[in-house]
Amino acid sequence: MLWLWENRDLVLGLSLEHVRLSAVPIIVGFIACIPLGWMANRFRMTRAIQLTLFGVLFTIPSLALFVTLPSVLGTKILNPINVVVALTIYAIAIMVRGAADAFESVPRDVIQSATAVGFSSVSRFWTVELPLAGPVLLANLRVVSVTTVSLLSVGALVGNGALGYLFINGYQRDFPTEVMIGIVFTLIIAIIFDQLLVALGKVFMPWTRKAPRVARTVAVAAGGDA
Amino acid sequence: MLFLDAIAFILDPANLLGDKGILPRLIDHLLYSGLSLGAALVIGIPVGLFIGHTGKGKNFVVALTGSFRAIPTFGLLLFIILFTGLGLWPLVFVLAVLAIPPIIAGAYSGLDAVNRETIDAARAIGMTEWQILGKVELPLALSLILGGIRSATLQIIATATIAGYVGLTGLGRFLIEGLALHNYTIAFAGAILVAALALAADGLLALIQILVVPHGVSRGTTRTTSNSRRRTRPPAITTTPITEG
Repeated sequence: MLWLWENRDLVLGLSLEHVRLSAVPIIVGFIACIPLGWMANRFRMTRAIQLTLFGVLFTIPSLALFVTLPSVLGTKILNPINVVVALTIYAIAIMVRGAADAFESVPRDVIQSATAVGFSSVSRFWTVELPLAGPVLLANLRVVSVTTVSLLSVGALVGNGALGYLFINGYQRDFPTEVMIGIVFTLIIAIIFDQLLVALGKVFMPWTRKAPRVARTVAVAAGGDA
Repeated sequence: MLFLDAIAFILDPANLLGDKGILPRLIDHLLYSGLSLGAALVIGIPVGLFIGHTGKGKNFVVALTGSFRAIPTFGLLLFIILFTGLGLWPLVFVLAVLAIPPIIAGAYSGLDAVNRETIDAARAIGMTEWQILGKVELPLALSLILGGIRSATLQIIATATIAGYVGLTGLGRFLIEGLALHNYTIAFAGAILVAALALAADGLLALIQILVVPHGVSRGTTRTTSNSRRRTRPPAITTTPITEG
């Protein structure tokens, strides 16, 4: 505790860095998955291709991706962009499958009813399909959020792990408290992100407040980390 | 070019054997992964089957899979090693902790997806609980159970790369050494090897997943799974739930 107080500027700075680096992949993953997931659900052909492609991308270990991306992107190995891009790839890989499931969970008859009462396909998407796919999308986004926050610390091995720096520094100095504080703050950030997403879900999908069951099954079924 | 250099490094016979060769490190990597997966299976499968069969502790599964995912494995490993000292067992412990939640989730959701009417029918014709578990639920749930094991295996193989940082070897050693020596060819080669191993393991398990499940059963499984998905839709959407028969 004393160490934490004496190094509050360092821990706070690393925490903010952690928030900054992990927020980008979560947001980009969410935005990118909507057209991709919709496409995967709409066309059988692209579904198979997309799910295979992102399945393979998700299989590549994170540390391997952190090391190989610089030569693909032409960046320096210590550039934080590498870690952000790698985590964004994972976020999209998890979200595309989840988004395809989410759009699939929208009942056919509801879509047909919307068409029958005269929705154009664009307004049907924004006012019927997307809101109804929302709960499943949110469940997957929560998985992505937790995974991203926890994976980011591995980036410390390539010089950009935000709070992961405390793991390596504490380990090298044989000082468990520092490692512990790194773990605790990573968990705190993961919880804050998760609660933030739940709160946003309640604001944008007020009808789901009494139906939390959806989040459960999907969170269990969806893929994991590293 | 870095990629071609890395491929050349992998294909160079001089790098295959010997103390720092590819083959011994590959074997070590498989050893760490196998031990961890074994430990995780011994704990995860019985717990998952118990929860799935009895329906007790469903909330426990959800809480477990959610919260364990948030633990930074790398940090946990370093933390434990500072107390126990370097060795194989801290790594196996951490990797097993990582792998248990997806295994439990797979076993639980596999059994949960089995049609309740099928289980009631089995009970009605006089099967004991063990017979129901072994002869009805397990075959029907096998695909999803293997799915959980597959995702656990991938996570173990991917995360076992950090062994190279804590005095062990494995394929991750190439990555760590390459980074430490600023020899990015070796690091890149290590990355390719780990990714190739992960893809190979995933392909192999996907194949087993298809082969082990008999034809008649896999058809039934997909039908019951889509039913269970319908069941878990928010009430706001479904007006009247469609029941079979």
